[in-house]
Formats: sequence, C-alpha cells, structure tokens
Amino acid sequence: MKRKFLCAGLTAAMVLSLAACGESAGSDSQAAASGSESQAGAAGATAEFIVGGMGPLTGSAASYGISVRQGIEVAVNEINAAGGVTAGDTTYSLKMVFADDEATEDKAVSAYNSLMDQNINALVGATTTGCCMAIADISNQDNLLVVTPSGSGVDCVKNPNAFRICFTDTLQGETLADFAVNEMGAQNIAVLYSNSSDYGTGIRDGLVSKAEELGATIVANEAFADADVDFNTQLTKIKGTNADVIVVCGYYQAATYITKQAADMGLEIPFLGSDGWDGVLETVTDPATVEGAVFLSSFFSAATDEMTSGFVSTYEENYGSTPDQFAADAYDAVYVIKAAMEQAGSIDSDALISAMHQVQIDGLTGAGLSFDENGEPNKDAKFIQISDGAYTIYGENGGEETTAE
Amino acid sequence: MIAVKKYQKLLINIGIAVVIYVLVMLAIQFGWVGRQLLSMIVPVCTNVMMAVSLCLIVGFLGELTLGHAAFMSVGAYSGALVSMNLPLPGWLSLAVGLVVGGVVAALAGVIIGVPVLRLRGDYLAIVTLGFGEIIKSVFNTLGITGGASGLSGIPLMTSYRNFTLVFILTLIVVVVVSNLVKSRQGRAICAIRDNYIAAEAAGIKVSKYKVMAFVISAFFAGVAGVVYAHNISILKPGNFDYNTSIEILVMVVLGGMGSIRGSIIAAVILTLLPELLRGVADYRMLVYSIVLIVMMLFNNSKFKEKLMARRQAAKVSKEA
Repeated sequence: MKRKFLCAGLTAAMVLSLAACGESAGSDSQAAASGSESQAGAAGATAEFIVGGMGPLTGSAASYGISVRQGIEVAVNEINAAGGVTAGDTTYSLKMVFADDEATEDKAVSAYNSLMDQNINALVGATTTGCCMAIADISNQDNLLVVTPSGSGVDCVKNPNAFRICFTDTLQGETLADFAVNEMGAQNIAVLYSNSSDYGTGIRDGLVSKAEELGATIVANEAFADADVDFNTQLTKIKGTNADVIVVCGYYQAATYITKQAADMGLEIPFLGSDGWDGVLETVTDPATVEGAVFLSSFFSAATDEMTSGFVSTYEENYGSTPDQFAADAYDAVYVIKAAMEQAGSIDSDALISAMHQVQIDGLTGAGLSFDENGEPNKDAKFIQISDGAYTIYGENGGEETTAE
Repeated sequence: MIAVKKYQKLLINIGIAVVIYVLVMLAIQFGWVGRQLLSMIVPVCTNVMMAVSLCLIVGFLGELTLGHAAFMSVGAYSGALVSMNLPLPGWLSLAVGLVVGGVVAALAGVIIGVPVLRLRGDYLAIVTLGFGEIIKSVFNTLGITGGASGLSGIPLMTSYRNFTLVFILTLIVVVVVSNLVKSRQGRAICAIRDNYIAAEAAGIKVSKYKVMAFVISAFFAGVAGVVYAHNISILKPGNFDYNTSIEILVMVVLGGMGSIRGSIIAAVILTLLPELLRGVADYRMLVYSIVLIVMMLFNNSKFKEKLMARRQAAKVSKEA
C-alpha cells in the first residue's frame, strides 16, 4: 500500500523534474552554444541577433549538416569581426545556435522548437528537403524568417516566410537548357538522366520544357539508374541522332562511366552536366575522356576571386577541410540575412521577410543573388569546364568576378 | 480483503493517469515547459503505444520481431491518405483514419502472422526484418505515397494542442494490452512463451494465439502510426527502417520484457533523453549510447537484484 503511494509520488516527481529539466536544458545548450561561439561581437555592438541553424550532425547525412554549421560559423565570425550588423540605429552582433535534426522529420520538429526556446531571430535551415517541409508550416505560424541553404525540393519555400539559396532541381534544368541553347548554340539536345531520384527527373523535366520553349529539339531522352555501369545502349541510340550536345543529369559516378564509354565508342559530342558532376575528375581513369566537358556548379572552391579564396582559406584553417557547396550556401544565407536586416532597418520578422525581396548580394554561390516573390533565388549560375585535366570556370571571364561586400 | 485490495490498485492506477494528465495539461496551459518539450509530448505518447504493443509480442508471446516500424508505417500511410482524401470534416476524417490505419496494419499483421506459424526465434526475427524492408520499398515506389520524397501536407490534428485525444488513445492501448494479458487469452499467450510444447499438449491452439498477438500488436502500432503522421505532417519511407524497430525493441528490453509499466517508463525516458541531451552538443549521441549501456548493465546487475529481493522481502513480511 505504502509502496503504491511511493510509486505515484515518484511518478509525479519525475514529471515535475522533467518539466524543470526543460528549462535548464534550454539554457544549458544556450550556454554551450555560446561557449563554442567565437569572440563576442566587436566594440559598439549593443544587441544580439540570434541566427538559428539546423541540419544533421549525426547519422548518414551528417556531413551536410556539419558543412552548413561551419559555413554559418565562418560568416558569423567574419561579420562580428567587421563590427556586426547595423539595422536602424542599433548595431547587432550575431550569435549562432545550431540544432541537430538527424535529417529525420520528427527530430526536425523538436530541433526547431528547441531553437525557438532559445529565441532565435532567423533560421538558416533546414539542410535537407524533408526537414524543411516538416518545419514549413510551424515556422510560418511563428512568422520566422527561414532561409534554407540546400533544401532543393519545390515545396521547401511554399510559405511566404521561407527562402532558399540553392537552385531547385527544375530551375537547374532550365539553367542548363538556357546554357546549351544560348551559350553552346545547340539545336539538337540529347538527354541522359538518372531516374533513381527526384534529382535526375526534376532536372530533366526543367531542361526539356525550357529547351523546347527556346526552340531546340530533344533528339534523345534516355534514363538510367544511379547504380548502372553500362550505358552502351543509351549511347548507341544517341550516336544515331544528330545531337549537338549530351546533357547528363546525374551524379559523378554515372558520369565517369558515361564519358569513358562514349570515348570508347568514338562519340565526339560535347558533354554538359548537372551539379552532381562535381568530383568527376577524381574518379575518371583518363582525364582526356572528360576533357572539355562543362557542368553547372553553384560553388567552385578552386576559384581565384578574392571572396572565394578568402572563404576557402579561413575554412581550411579552422576545420582542416575544403568547404563544399553546403558550406558556401550556408555562408551566403547568413549574408543574405545580414542584408535583409540592413534593408529592413529593424529585426522585426515582418520587416525582415518583406526586405528579403529587395536585397541583392554578391555571394559565393553566384553574383547578384536576389529572391523572387516565391522565395526562389535569382543568381548567375557558374559553369565549370574541365580543361587540361583541371576544373576551370567556363569562359574565365575576369570582368564577371565578384567582389566581397 | 483481496477484493478491496484489487479495487485499491485500480484506483491508484486511475489516479496516476489523472495526475499525469492534469500535470501535462497545466504545463501546456501555463507554459511551464519550453516548446521543445511540448513538441515531445506526442512523440512520447506514440512511442509508449509502440512499446506497449511490441511488449505483447516480445514480452508476453516471447517472439523476437524486428519489423514493428513496418506496422507503424502501414498505419501511418493508410491513415494519412484517408484523412487527407476523405471529404469529411476534420475530426471525423481523423477518426476514420485512425480506424483504417489500425485495420490495415492489422491486416499486415495477418500477412506476417502466417510465416510466424512456421518459424521461431532468430528465423522469425529475420523474416520480420525482411518484411519491414519490403514495406519500406513498396512505399518508396508507390505513386500515391509520394515515393522517396514522402507524403506531405497531412493535417496537423494530433499535435500537443490536442493532447487529450492522444492521451486517451495511449490509455486505451495500455488498458487493452494490460487487460488482455490478464485474461484467458493472455494466459494462453504467456503459456506459449513459457513452454511451447506443454502449451500445445494442454490443448492451447498455439497458431491461433500467435496470430492473435501479432494482429492486436500490429493494430495498435498502426494507430500509433496515424497519430505520428498527424503530428509531423510529413511521412518518408526512410523513417520507418529497422533502426526505428530496434529503437522500440530497446525500450521493451530496457523496461524488462513482459512488464508494461517498465515499457512505458523506458519509452518515456528513451524518447526524452536525446532531446534533454541537446545541451552537450557534439557529444549528444555518444552520451546517449553510454547512458543506454549503463542502464542495460544496471538492469542486469547484482545491485538491482538485491534491491528487488529486498523489496520482495518487505512485501512478503508485510503480507504475513
């Protein structure tokens, strides 16, 4: 009998202690985050603007989240060292708090809520498409400015509070079509796409519709699976057409086999690739097979402009690795938020969100980065050409180089 | 005297439920806890439902299954599709979704129950593992489920704001399973666990009770899935892989197999722990794993045996 009461008492105690834990856990992690935080804002900073970050730090997609966190960290440190952000008559120092969402939707919701407990003013995240969708509606209810660095699914920015830095798959296809027709002068386009994921099919759809709109003809439209190693059937079919260019929408593993088999076959049509081609030079056995190929990439770590090289060297110094596209997207996201704060002259969410439509920055991932009414980015795409066995910026046009803010 | 005691036990259990409900409601109303913990309320409830329903198979039937998340995903997808597509007012469509989710998951339970009749132990575990992977692949390829990019836009109807509904569902699962275990059928299920041959020799229809346990367990996992779906609003096949099944299994094992109360407590702790550990940032998963190992070691330690023995002795001396 006594035991039962004891049991009930303990249960009540547990519930209460968990309630207490909630508060202390919030402040603990805040303290931990600020501990790992850089030097506090420079002199003159009177207030704090908290930038939340979200992404997988554990699990199979962990590398994405870690890159995003490090990208944010570099940008935040840089801005604080330069004196913070002046919005209206207040100068803010930035502070980053980051939550692990493990790239799963249910964890994303609690990660988001833990960030809201820490009173974030804007969010850079989530890193993956699924997590973006999981927090889309709740962040809209909270009226929080959300800038996702890398959520490429169309619905990630369906709400007015959400913006993205990366291209959607469809937009990437359209950019490729534009490049093929207007830059390479192709009239007959052969398409090879991966149908294993939304990535390949999304790019294909955008490419085909845009190319037809521009008056080009799709002479071949062939699918493959990401794990395929033999592409002779598709390539033979393409060889029988009068294609001016082969567009490969897929990852670099497939591109490696495709270019090799095309060379063996004596196919001499130029290749154009999607951003999944990044890394293709490291996997080909003979660089001559990919010589002259062009692919889209929003970030090119070997670029020589001041902004990119500065970012790459700071990043390498701090983390011992070369930044990837995720880090660059996250870095740009922080600068976009900074520009929105300056434009709005306040840190009020409504003002920030409406200011997002007016900002324009020159980012790592593209010059003239701005946002349309749907929260989609408008920016110049970067094309990388493989020449003499090395990555170079297509056309290497010095006049177009970006300058740091 | 015995009757009075039984009555007291029931009252105390009701009391515990009411106290928990009132405390959580007050916490929601007055904002005693942060948003992070509020958003954990429903996941805690779904995990309690999952753990208690799995406890029926693992703890009472004595079979190891590694595919419990598959039942959850079947329920989640079918319930979500029903509530999204039925032209009914919100609450009614959720109610229909809950029933449909449970029933479809129970049907899946029948399908997996058939090989169960032939297999035991490790073999069964592998079959359920395979079953889980098949279900995942099916949802990955079907058009209606949104494929790999997931099913999104599910109405948020079981968030913590509707805690009363979720709490009632959780109570129903717990009450049904604990009463089932005490019933004639439950004793037959336990008899199969304790001695298969003796149970068969005593005239228990082993296959019937095995399938029964599987179907009931799958039904409740399906209901938990529907609640999950309407709390997160997006479903992806990848979230119901064997890791999720094993997570639930860990809860049941940690709770002491065959103890419903233990399963509930373990589910609550293991769901909240990773969230409460956010403070240690990079070491979160490391600390979580270490805590898990320590808890398992404690559960099997001499120290705990001594504690239990002392408790038992106190109980006996009091009754004497």
